[in-house]
Parts: sequence; structure tokens; C-alpha cells
Amino acid sequence: MEPVVRVSGRMLPLDRADVDTDQIIPKQFLKRIERTGYGPFLFYDWRQAEDFVLNRPEHEGASVLIAGANFGCGSSREHAPWAIRDAGFRAIVAPSFADIFRANCAKTGLLAVTLSESQVRHLMDLTSEDPTAEVTVDLEKQEVRGDGFAYRFEIDAFARECLLRGLDEIGLVERHQKSISAYEAQRSTWLPAVK
Amino acid sequence: MPSTLGQKLWDSHVVRTSPGEPDLLYVDLHLVHEVTSPQAFEGLRLAGRHVRRPDLTLATMDHNVPTRGGARAADELSRKQMDVLADNCRREGIPLHQIGSRRQGIVHVIGPELGLTQPGMLIVCGDSHTSTHGAFGALAFGIGTSEVELVLATQCLPQTRASDLAVTVEGDLPLGVTAKDVVLGLIGRTGISFGQGHLVEYRGSTMRGLSMEGRMTVCNMSIEWGAKAGMVSPDDTTFAYLERRPHAPRGAAWDAAVDHWRSLVTDPDADFDHEIHLDATRLEPHVTWGTNPGQVAPVTGRIPEPLTDTDMRALRYMDLRPGTALADIAIDRVFIGSCTNARLEDLRAASKVIAGKHVHPKVRAMVVPGSATVKRAAEEEGLDAIFKAAGFEWRNAGCSMCLGMNPDILAPGERCASTSNRNFEGRQGAGGRTHLMSPPMAAAAAVTGHLVDVRELL
Repeated sequence: MEPVVRVSGRMLPLDRADVDTDQIIPKQFLKRIERTGYGPFLFYDWRQAEDFVLNRPEHEGASVLIAGANFGCGSSREHAPWAIRDAGFRAIVAPSFADIFRANCAKTGLLAVTLSESQVRHLMDLTSEDPTAEVTVDLEKQEVRGDGFAYRFEIDAFARECLLRGLDEIGLVERHQKSISAYEAQRSTWLPAVK
Repeated sequence: MPSTLGQKLWDSHVVRTSPGEPDLLYVDLHLVHEVTSPQAFEGLRLAGRHVRRPDLTLATMDHNVPTRGGARAADELSRKQMDVLADNCRREGIPLHQIGSRRQGIVHVIGPELGLTQPGMLIVCGDSHTSTHGAFGALAFGIGTSEVELVLATQCLPQTRASDLAVTVEGDLPLGVTAKDVVLGLIGRTGISFGQGHLVEYRGSTMRGLSMEGRMTVCNMSIEWGAKAGMVSPDDTTFAYLERRPHAPRGAAWDAAVDHWRSLVTDPDADFDHEIHLDATRLEPHVTWGTNPGQVAPVTGRIPEPLTDTDMRALRYMDLRPGTALADIAIDRVFIGSCTNARLEDLRAASKVIAGKHVHPKVRAMVVPGSATVKRAAEEEGLDAIFKAAGFEWRNAGCSMCLGMNPDILAPGERCASTSNRNFEGRQGAGGRTHLMSPPMAAAAAVTGHLVDVRELL
């Protein structure tokens, strides 16, 4: 994975709460066997409405998605962060995220950052009034900043480190071979094997 | 120190712990299906890695399989996904239950029925409804594709410790009220994100009184209120379900296992971070009216006044107006199926409601058993004959119309009474409208042609 240190750019305001992964990427697009190529299908059904925010030219090229609470609830499909990333976004800012979605973002190198409801509202209003307004989501400094404001965010220290250094998590776990083998050696004998 | 069931399960799977890092947990069973695994296997291949424990990994085809006509009825991309899974399993030596085979079925139905899901285990799958397996006193949760790759390669998963939430449900369920109504009633009260970051333990006399099927229904929908996992402490009901299943321990190993399983309870003085109490005796059959599982009400009620933008959007999408009696809502389709409600007990409960009756002429209804095993068992009892005589379609096992990734979908505007777990926009087909409910409630809707209080038919 490529390291992610900070993301700067324009915002896209998706002013809805409880956006589920079925909306982010509908199931008919989960039949691919690749990790890429999902961008055109991001919010596919909602995009059919001409005035949907993703269709508005003034937000074209945005790289920071601003969303409502409980973003990414529902299915575990990693295709959701893949689609968001494919469509050019590098960070999402919301008051809260569903657990699996947040984990999937970390693996995808997509920053999922939590700010308070009022801070997210400020960003939502800012980009709605001035679509050219830019923000920086700075993982190193743990802040979202723009013209005249800087909001501190909290993030799991280990997840932050992995993103900053672009660490291969499988490689990290593989370094603990000895511990894994030791654990395996003491597992209960009645535990089932599939074959 | 007194500990909760959730923390005991967590502690017993820690391979390695280090300050400032997530715990490294060992996975006892990794379930795999065709939709969320191809990129994981591809990742392994590109890195020259192999599956560490194919003997602790089981694959099935469920999400995109057609429920009639076999693999030939699948579209080209779905067939390719199935072929890729078969190739990956062959190469890595992973047992696979293919479409058409004797034990194929929905991943969360076959694990328990094969006896592979056992108390005390840590079970993961690239599917959010993995929480189902918690019904056995296992720690079970859904993961994404990158994590699937990680587990395939290492059999381990780094996880940050989750906190504890107790849901205590007390009292006897009234006639016509089921496990589905317990969990829908709960989500209606808490909303769809309250469980975030929590290991939920469902406790109390109501949970103790539920069958394993009922407990699975409740745990299955833990993710629908955002929980990391849902679980029920194992007891005699659990052991009776497991005994003599194909992969259950036998002889002395069985006795040793049961001894251990009996210790998988929350200690009397253990503290939970949050507690919720629910009075089962006051529950009614529930139906959803909106586009998330928290937008739900007793079937005796009316569509509420919208309180939020989300509510307003939901009513627009569902083409419903505040004040409408839920029982006045006409339906076009009925779906009895999914990992939430397609086990033998669910089919029995639905068949009791429709026996001797007929599906309403304006309704198309189908039953999709959760597995080939459930289907055979139902046929041995003659349930298929009851459903067919009533005008239901009797299909082969699969996820079917729960998520509409296969030929079973709603047409735009169609309204469906469904025993599945999600009523999100377009979930069962673009433009389709889903009302979630229990199997008896869905069966009753099939007969009357509208949402109806099943107690009127009992």
C-alpha cells in the first residue's frame, strides 16, 4: 500500500445520514473479480437523479467526501471504499462510521476521519456555499484544516502508523510466526477441522 | 477478575498482545464465498503466499447462485465468480460446497448445521451477517476482502478490543411473536448505529427460551444496529443442537468440550459498558416501513410522522404517507428466505400459517431454503407440498432475493414482504420496496395480499 500522509482538495457534501454500502456500490457491480474499475458505479442509483451532488459540475474533481453519521453501514463489501477511491476521493469526513467500513477504508488507503456533528456541518456548509473551498486532511498532524480553522481528530495509533508508512499488514503479521505456531500448538483438540 | 462472555472469548484467542498495537487474534473457522474472496486469493497469488490453514477454511457458493436452473441459469459474470472460487479452492485445498452439491447453502446456515460452528470459537467471513454464529457462544464477525486475504495467509486478524453491551430480554413471547420481532423491536428502539464498537451479549429468560434457530435470527441482525458481534451464552439447547452433527466432537472429546463450553458465561459480577432491557411480554409482530431496519413499528401501528430527512427520504422511496395503517399496505411479492430466516424452524412456522390457504392472486411468493440440507429436511416433512399447494414457488438454496445479486429480484416499484435483514433502497432490486418481518408474518401477507397481523390468522 502507498503511504498516506495528507490529502488536500475540494469537498463533496453528501448531506445524508446512515448511508449504507448498498447505496455506495449496488450489488450488481460486485461481480467483478478485480479490485479496480468501480468508480463509475459509485452511488449508481442516486446518480440517476440529475441534481444528485455527485453530478454537479461545481464539485467535479473533489477529493474529500463530507458525509452524515453512520456512514458505510450495512454490508462488509470492500468494494465500497474501492469505488470511493476509484472515483477520486482520498478522504471521508463524517461524525461516525460503521465499524467494518472504517476497517476496510484503512486497508484501502482511504482516510476515514471522524469530526463532531457541528464541525462536519461547518465543512458541509463551507463547500455548499463555496465549492472551490479546499481543506487538508492531515494524518500526520491529526487535523482537518482550511481557511481559518483547524479541527483535531482522533484515530487509532496503530492504524495511523500503518497508513503513514504504507505498511503491508500481512507482512507485519507474518513476523509473528512463532507466536502463531505456539498458539496453534495449544488449541483444544476437539476444535473442528473442515476436512 | 470477573469477565463477560465477550471478553472471555476475546482473551482465549489472543496470539499476541503488545502495548499500542491491536491484539492479534487467532481464527478457528474462516468461511469463504464467491463474492468477497476473488481479490483476496488474487492478492495471495501476486505475493506468492498460500492459505495457512485450508483445514480451518470452508467455502460455499451462495450470494449469486440462481435458485433454479443451476449454474447454467447464472449470468456470465456470476458464473465466472463461481468458477474462480472453485479454481482457488482446488489450488489451495479448501473444501468447497458448490452449487448443486448436497451441502451447499448460505454460508451462515451451513456452518451451524454441519456442526462447524461451536461455542468458544472465533469465526470470521467476508460477510456482515457472520454475527449469526454468535448464537452458539462464539465470537463471530464480518470482515472485508483485505482482511479475508490476511486471514487466508496467516489465520490471524489484528483487532482493537471492543467494549461490552448487554441486551437482556425477559418474559415469554406472546403468541405470533418471534425472535425476528425481538430483534426488530430492539433496533426500533436503539436505532441502527447504537451497537457500534460493541460485543453484544443477548441474555435473559426470553433468549434462554429461544431455539438455536431463533437465537441465530437475533444474532444475525446484530450488524443491523451496528454491533461488532452478537452472542448468546451456550446452554443445554446449544449442546442438544450440536450433538451428533457431522463436525461435532464425539465420545470423550464431546464430554471435554461440553465441560469447557459450560464455562462460557458472563461471571456474576462482571460489568458491561452499557445495558439495555427489553420486555418480551409486551412485544408485537413488527414490520419495517422505511429504508433501514430501525424504521420499524408494530404491525398494529401506523406510519409515523417523519422526524428527520432520512425518514422523509424513506417515505418518498417507499411511496408511503404518514398516518397510513401498516395493515393497509398492499404487497406484490413475498420472500421467505435468507441467513436470517430460512432454517427448518422458519419454514415450519410459515407453513403453519398457510396450510390449507392460498397465496393471494395478486401476489407472487417464493420460499428459498437456507441450504440444500434444509430443503431436503423440509421435503421429508412435506413442507414443500404445503407451500406448493398454497401457490408458493419452492426454490433451491441461496441468498436469493435478500440481496438480489442473482436472478431473484424485485421489479422497480414492486413491494415485498420479506424475511430477510435489510430494507435498504434497491436492496432487493433497483426501485424495489422491502418490508422486513418474521416468516409467519410474511406467510400471512402472502395469503391476504397486504401487511397483516399474523395473529388474526392463527
